[in-house]
Amino acid sequence: MTMKSILAGAALALMSTTAAFAGDVRIMWYSDGVEGEVMKDLVDRFMKENPGINVILDNVAYGVVREQLPVQLEAGNGPDIARVAQIKDLSRHWLDLRPLVKDPAYWDENFGAQADWMRPDGSNQISGFMTQITLTGGFANKTLFDQAGVPVPGPEATWEDWAAATKKVKESQQIPYAMAIDRSGHRITAPLLSYGANYIGADDKPAPIDAGAKDYLTKFVGWVEDGTMAKDVWVSAAGTTYRAAADDFINGQLAFYYSGSWQVANLATKIGDNFDWVATGSPCGPAACTGMPGGAALVAIKYTKNPKDVATFMDWFAREEIVKEFSERTLFLPGHKAVVEKGGLSFKSDNEQAKAALTKFVEASKTTSDIALKLPAWRWSDTFYAAIVTRVSQALAGELKIEDAFGRIDADIAQKVKDAGQ
Amino acid sequence: MTKTAFSSLLMTPVNALMRIVDAPLRRLQKATGISGMAAFFLAPNMLIFGIFVLLPLVINFVYSMTGGTAFFLSERSFVGGEQYARLFSCVDYLDPMSCQEDAFWTAVGNTFWFVLLQVSLMILASLVTALILNRDLVARSFWRAVFFFPVLLSPVVVGLIWKWILQRQGLLNYILYQFGAEPYSWLTDRTWTFAATIGVSIWAHMGLYTLILLAGLQAIPKDLYEAAEMDGTRPARVFWRITLPLLAPNLLVVVVLALIKAVQVFDEVYVLTGGGPGTSTLYLTQYIYETGFASALRNPGLAAAASILMGLVLVVLTLLQLGVGRRSENKGKR
Repeated sequence: MTMKSILAGAALALMSTTAAFAGDVRIMWYSDGVEGEVMKDLVDRFMKENPGINVILDNVAYGVVREQLPVQLEAGNGPDIARVAQIKDLSRHWLDLRPLVKDPAYWDENFGAQADWMRPDGSNQISGFMTQITLTGGFANKTLFDQAGVPVPGPEATWEDWAAATKKVKESQQIPYAMAIDRSGHRITAPLLSYGANYIGADDKPAPIDAGAKDYLTKFVGWVEDGTMAKDVWVSAAGTTYRAAADDFINGQLAFYYSGSWQVANLATKIGDNFDWVATGSPCGPAACTGMPGGAALVAIKYTKNPKDVATFMDWFAREEIVKEFSERTLFLPGHKAVVEKGGLSFKSDNEQAKAALTKFVEASKTTSDIALKLPAWRWSDTFYAAIVTRVSQALAGELKIEDAFGRIDADIAQKVKDAGQ
Repeated sequence: MTKTAFSSLLMTPVNALMRIVDAPLRRLQKATGISGMAAFFLAPNMLIFGIFVLLPLVINFVYSMTGGTAFFLSERSFVGGEQYARLFSCVDYLDPMSCQEDAFWTAVGNTFWFVLLQVSLMILASLVTALILNRDLVARSFWRAVFFFPVLLSPVVVGLIWKWILQRQGLLNYILYQFGAEPYSWLTDRTWTFAATIGVSIWAHMGLYTLILLAGLQAIPKDLYEAAEMDGTRPARVFWRITLPLLAPNLLVVVVLALIKAVQVFDEVYVLTGGGPGTSTLYLTQYIYETGFASALRNPGLAAAASILMGLVLVVLTLLQLGVGRRSENKGKR
C-alpha cells in the first residue's frame, strides 16, 4: 500500500466524521407533537423537487438540542440546520442567509417581526424563521370541573381565582393536585409578568428581582406547600432541567395545567375522547393577563460546508404555501406575516377541542404585555429563567426560604453577567 | 491431517512474520540495549495513555485557569486561580449555603455521604451474596446470573426502570395501594430519594463485585476448610481467620473499584432523580456536567476546576487504598 493510499484512506475516515458531504444537508430536529412526521414528508417532497440535495433529518429529543447542540456549536461543529428554542442565546452561531436567499425582501417582509429574536444585537442578519409562534397559556380539564359542579373560571379570572376553583375540583374529584406549571423559567415568567415583574434593567442588563416577581413566587411556593400546585414537577430535578406536567394532565390527574400552545396537538392526540378539555388563556395578575410568546425557529448554522444548499432548503421551506401547510398539519401558530394576515388556515384535525384551543390562543395573544414581547429578543432571558428555576426548586424542596432564594437569584444572575464579560 | 501438522500449518504465517521483524528488532536492541527495548514496546501504550489521558488532564487544568463562557481556549481569558478561589469561597464549609458556589459544596457533601454509605453497604451485600453463591445451592448458575444481570443494563435503563417503580403513579405505589396504603411521592421526599439512589446504585453494580469476590472465595484452598472442620473450629472463626484474610486482595480491588465508581456516580441518578428534590441528590459529576455543559451560561473553567479537585480526591483515595493493601500484604509475609 502506498503512502498516498494510506493518506487517502485517512482523509476519507476523517471526512466521514464531519457533518456532511457536499450536497448533504443535515437537520437536527426535535418534536413536541406530530411535526416530526410532517417534516419528514416535506423533506421527501423537497428532495424530489431538488434531486441534487440530500437532506438528512435527525429526529432527536429536545434535551439534545438544549444541552448537546450548544457544545457542538461552541466547537465549530453541529448540523447544517437546526430547530431550536434557545434562539437568541446562540445567535452568534447562526449563518447569515441574507446574501444566499433568493429574495431577502420576502424574508424581511414575512419574518421581520421575529428576526431580532434570532440574530446578534444590532445586525440585520437573516438567520432563519420561526416554524411556530407559541404562547404560554392554560388548559382546564372541563370534565373534572363539570363533575365537581365548579364553573371553569372566565377570561378575567386571576391566579387566585384559579387556585380557589381548582382546589374545590381537587377535593371533590380526589385528584392528586389541582394545578401544575411546567418546570421552566419561560413558563413561570408569564405569571410573574402578570404580577408586574420586569427583568430588564435601565441599562438593558438584568434588573434585581422585583416586588411583582416576589409576590407571585411567594404565592407559588405557598400553593405547592398546601398541595394546590403539583410538587413533583418542580421538585423532581436539580438545576435547570426541564420537566413538563403534560402527562399528569393527559392522565386526568390535574384540573388546570399551565403550559402553552405547542401542547395542543399533543393533548388532542393523547387525550382523544377520554375527557373534555379547553384552553383558557393566561390567568390574570394585578398588572396583566399575559402569556409569554416564544417558539421554535429553524436556523442555518454558520459552520455548514454547504451554505448554498442550506439556503435552497430554507428558501423552499419558507415559501408561503409550505409554511401554511406545515402550520395546518402540525396545529402550530404560524410565524409568517402573509399566512397570518390572509387567514383561512384550515387546521387538519377532526378534534373540535383542538381547533377551539388554537382559536383561544390566537385570541389570548392580544393581551400579551409589552415586556413579554421584548423578552424573546433579550440576551439575558435564559439566564434569568435558569436562576429562577434553580432557586425556586430549592425553596420548594425545603432547602431555602423563598426570601433567601430571591437573594440567590440576584447573585446567580450577577455572577453569570460577570462570567459572560470575562 | 494430524494435529501437529495442522498446528505447524497455522504457525507458518506467524513464523514468517517473526522472521521479518527479527532482523530490525535485533538491530534496534544492539543500538539501544535491553532497557531501550522495554521503552520501545511500552511506547504505543504510553502514546495512547498520553493522548487520551494525560493530554486531556493538562488541557483540563489549563481550562481551570481561564474564565468566560467561550469554549475555545484561544477565546478564553486567563484568570489564574480565580475559579479555585470561587469554589473555596466559604464562610463555613459545613454550611453550603454560606459558600459562593453553594451547589458545589452541596454536591461535595452529598457525594461524601453517598460514597460512605453506598460503598460500605455494597461491599457488605456483595460479600454476603458471594458467600451464599459459593455454597452448594440448587440452580447456582441461575442465581449467579440473576445477581449479575443488572450489571449488563445501561445506566439509563436502570434509572428509568426504578423511576417507573418509584414515581407517584409507579409500581411500588400500586402494590402498596393494593394493601390499602395511600400513594406516596417517594421521589419528592429528600430522605427517600437519597436512599433510593444508594439502593438503586447497589442493585445495579453489586453483581460485578459479587463475581470478583466469588472468584476469590473459589481460589481459597479447600483443605484449609477441611483442616478447620477437623479441628472443630466454629464457622464464624473460620470466616474471620481463613476466609476474610485470604479474600483480602480481592476485597481491596473491590473497595478501590467501588470507591472510584461511587465518586463518579452520575447517569443512573441523573435519570432517576435529576439531582432533586432540590439538590438532595446532586452529586459532584452532575455539578460538573451542569456547570460545564447544561446551564444557560456555561462556565467550562469552573467545571474544569471542580473536576481537577475531584480527580485529586480520587488519586488520594486510590493511594490510600494501595498503601493499606501493601501494608497488609507485608504483614502477611512476616
